[in-house]
Amino acid sequence: MQRTITEKILAAHALEGEVAPGAIATIRPDVVLLNDVSGPLAFSQFAAMGATRVFDPERIVLVADHFAPAKDVESAEQLRLTARFAEQYGLRHHYGPGRGGIEHTLIAELGLVGHGDIVFGADSHTCTAGAFNALGIGFGSSDLAAALATGRLWLRVPATIRVELTGRPGRFVSGKDVILELIRRIGSDGALDAALEFGGPGVAALPMDARMAVANMAVEGGADWCVFEGDATSLSDMPARGMAPRPPVLADAGAVYARRIAIDLDALQPVVARPPSPANGASVEELAGTRVDQVYVGNCANGTITDLRQVAEVLRGRQVARHVRMVVVPATQRIWRQALAEGLLDIFAEAGAAVSAPTCGACFGGHMGILAAGEVALATTNRNYRGRMGHPDSAVYLANAWVAAAAAVAGEIVPPEQVMGNAAGGIA
Amino acid sequence: MSIAGRVHRVGDHVDTDVILPGRYLTLRDQAALGMRCFEGLDPGFAARIAPGDILAAGRNFGCGSSREHAVLALRGAGIAAVVAESAARIFFRNAINLALPVIVAPEAARALAAGEAAEIDIAVGVIRQGGREWRFPPFQGEVAAIIAAGGLAARVRATLASGAAPGG
Ligand code: SF4
Repeated sequence: MQRTITEKILAAHALEGEVAPGAIATIRPDVVLLNDVSGPLAFSQFAAMGATRVFDPERIVLVADHFAPAKDVESAEQLRLTARFAEQYGLRHHYGPGRGGIEHTLIAELGLVGHGDIVFGADSHTCTAGAFNALGIGFGSSDLAAALATGRLWLRVPATIRVELTGRPGRFVSGKDVILELIRRIGSDGALDAALEFGGPGVAALPMDARMAVANMAVEGGADWCVFEGDATSLSDMPARGMAPRPPVLADAGAVYARRIAIDLDALQPVVARPPSPANGASVEELAGTRVDQVYVGNCANGTITDLRQVAEVLRGRQVARHVRMVVVPATQRIWRQALAEGLLDIFAEAGAAVSAPTCGACFGGHMGILAAGEVALATTNRNYRGRMGHPDSAVYLANAWVAAAAAVAGEIVPPEQVMGNAAGGIA
Repeated sequence: MSIAGRVHRVGDHVDTDVILPGRYLTLRDQAALGMRCFEGLDPGFAARIAPGDILAAGRNFGCGSSREHAVLALRGAGIAAVVAESAARIFFRNAINLALPVIVAPEAARALAAGEAAEIDIAVGVIRQGGREWRFPPFQGEVAAIIAAGGLAARVRATLASGAAPGG
């Protein structure tokens, strides 16, 4: 039978059942990932299951990222429970504040996910692993408690939607725009009960950080997960992340797809998603003049060194507008240090931006940049649902890092070239 | 298993952030989470729910974050079942795992009248309200087994105790 990438990777991990769209299969993971919010709930379910040991202490990764560093007594307790579980079961991978970062960026950086792998994560953005020619499958806490105990979970095998990429992105166009454009076209449930597969000649034009930005938001299109074709870029990326290279998993010619969608990167322009849905994509021009109170650069897919360099390109020699709060959150400790070494953090500070330690922070309305009633933010994050970053009557626009930085300088949404073309610098 | 209660309605693409806003993710107690249920959409919601009530929802219910706290919040508020046009995968699994039935029945989800009593027979696969009825395929396989056990924790507990491998 001719298979999609998803079907091939599932088949290589199937313990029971048939790997065909609609069928139920039992799958084993290579990595099991939990954080300080999903973890504590899973640990109590693990206890309720009567489990006394984990399936493999080498394959479980616990990351403190949502409320890390702890924002209050309750979150300190969640961090404590997470650290305690790691210690109690002798887990190899536990990363607290100052040692890790945001889980999805971190597991890639640590070389825990590569061609053909499967990650079970108690977080919906586990799909970020799709960038690495792997399947990142999001679950809730109870499912992952069962996975911790048994090293397996049942799932319904999805049909695959193929996204064919051609061309190469132009100036100020990034991976973020690829996915915001796709979701704009298919809607928030356009890929419900399906897996996305990104392939075609355009993949080569997307560096790994851009692929992460794309894969990260597969769930915002309703997809079970997504997977990129592996290529020379992803192959050479594996040793760069300390992994032994292994051949990518490619789709068979003649594999059956539920649907095919084409995106021409040459024609793509920056996309901004209006609140309250990531599917509300519009052009920068349509939204130009929208005043912003806060600009937030960070999150599991758009707090990479690539994003920070894009921001620095805009902010160098310019100032954040007086009425704007700008918050920059490098996704991991390593990215933070790289940004320090490259002088980027100084550019941000000089421009009037607040730079934080790696954390999920305000991305999910947790801490470190919450919005008041009526406030408007432009963020490089992945969700602009009602109240996502704070008060239910606040609003979030989603965009790439160039557009975000340009909005910070202008104090409103503007095409980046408008700010970059202003040699005199700050518009404030 | 039979459920009888009043129907409350929400629209399409109701995400788990509005069901339970992120700032409450330091809570783990069902009753405490229940008081915050739908605070992001309608702060009076939790107070209007009586234990056993039914939630009728549109497309893609429970999309977004994987937070299982959203299911605990619905249960804590008193919701006994959700009838939706469609449901997000992770939310559906989370609800089943905590023994909150999520029934995907598009016609019923659209037709159920808010404020009126309705009845659901999970085993037979029927929803009734005011003389009308809608059929749905009863849960099968692992989903049926989890619901019958009263949730995933009980199901895994039983299989671990028996030495058999769960799932499949
Ligand atoms: S950065 Fe935001 S989207 Fe990513 S894992 Fe953290 S809360 Fe979730």
